[in-house]
Amino acid sequence: MANYSTNEFRSGLKVMLDGDPCSIIENEFVKPGKGQAFSRVRLKNLKTGRVWDRTFKSGESLEGADVSEQNMQYLYNDGEYWHFMEPETFEQHQADKTSVGDTALWLREQDTCIVTLYNGSPLAVAAANHVDLEITQTDPGLKGDTAQGGTKPATLSTGAVIKVPLFLNEGEIVSVDTRTGEYLNRAKK
Amino acid sequence: MPNDGDTAIQWRPSSPNDALIKRARLLAQVREFFALRCVLEVDLPVLGERTVSDPHLDSLCTEGSLHYLQTSPEYFMKRLLASGSGPIYALAKAFRAGDRGRIHNPEFTLLEWYRPGWDERELMAEVAELILSVGCTPSVAAQRVTYRDIFMATVNLDPHRVSLVKLVELASNIAQRDMSGESRASCLDLIFSFEIEARLPPGIVFVHDYPECLCALAKLGVDEKGVTVARRFEVFLDRIELANGYFELLDADEQRRRFSEDNRQRKAMGKAEIAADEKLLAALDAGLPSCAGVALGIDRLLMHLVGAQHIEEVIAFSN
Repeated sequence: MANYSTNEFRSGLKVMLDGDPCSIIENEFVKPGKGQAFSRVRLKNLKTGRVWDRTFKSGESLEGADVSEQNMQYLYNDGEYWHFMEPETFEQHQADKTSVGDTALWLREQDTCIVTLYNGSPLAVAAANHVDLEITQTDPGLKGDTAQGGTKPATLSTGAVIKVPLFLNEGEIVSVDTRTGEYLNRAKK
Repeated sequence: MPNDGDTAIQWRPSSPNDALIKRARLLAQVREFFALRCVLEVDLPVLGERTVSDPHLDSLCTEGSLHYLQTSPEYFMKRLLASGSGPIYALAKAFRAGDRGRIHNPEFTLLEWYRPGWDERELMAEVAELILSVGCTPSVAAQRVTYRDIFMATVNLDPHRVSLVKLVELASNIAQRDMSGESRASCLDLIFSFEIEARLPPGIVFVHDYPECLCALAKLGVDEKGVTVARRFEVFLDRIELANGYFELLDADEQRRRFSEDNRQRKAMGKAEIAADEKLLAALDAGLPSCAGVALGIDRLLMHLVGAQHIEEVIAFSN
């Protein structure tokens, strides 16, 4: 991969730091009236999700990280790995629990999601912001109670448990915001 | 007015009209300030055959690398002073490659002036008068503090006497990386930029008597504690660095030594060496009158006047 000098650091640039792929969040140029210039850089470690603040001297460089994001179709889970497919090449990738993480709660077979590849292997998986999932278990719905603010827990087909309004029943489809895990609305089947 | 839409080319200025009007007024006020004091405005080349050798300044090359866009008018101004110009100022564009950020633009407006017969203490007073005369209304009176005192007060180290080992340790802590192998000057710059600047008092603050290793083109002197210091000052306005000044180095041989030291550092940093400006050295040989000089960032002063957060907001078309 190419090397990037501090003056090429932009938010979103993927670089290697301490052996891990990182994404630059921001880069602040700091220079005294006379003397050494520095870049104070905030980076997100793409493996751990941890955010690092590092200071570089101007002109120092980091190796680019072979990281790309691809839309892929989620196929199935074999008990250990989650399998994804690139829609155009039909190339398949398998991701382990570390890279799928909590996203597993929102993955429905055939849905499109965003897979971050590092050196060709899945590093992280993100579901679409909104997904429609079926309620598989919840207490019976209360008829007519569509206006009240009360909620109850509901288990979805993926195993996720979310709070839904009281009027919903098993077998219904709901839209969920995957970033917050919040119920959005009732969706059509 | 037609809608530009999201994808339209951004052709409009980055600076609102109000800031453009304030800029015009500021430039007029600066010229009036110096006219009243009988300081002569000089119009100097921005394209020069030579450029600074300062290892931390990169010049933009042009005309097949035969000429450089000047990082400041300093060398031309010193040649004028040596030829008997008397007090002079230049208000013009300067260029520094790679300087880009919230308070940096590669092309910027620099006000530089020289006072023959003055030292840096007298010049500091004039800098404060200029800042106040253009309409800045700091909440507190201008203050002066030595580099040692501000360093002691903030990080509890004497910047002149502390060991390099201790400096590296503190710098590494601040930068969250290993700084061993770095020079004293680099460590001091890092500590000052990241720990001290943000904690300076508000208003106009002059930091003076710099450590010898940060002398740049300032004369050396001895302070009241018997320590060798650089007779250099920096001006901060609400914690933003605004100007840098010197009791100017006059000694041509010392200047030659600093040029070669700069080039030694440039080489170590993997940068191209810069040929010494022989015309400047000849002017120093002929005799530069004892003088103090300062360079002040007009764009940053304007940022303060209009309350801008980013330098783009005060430059019609930022690069």
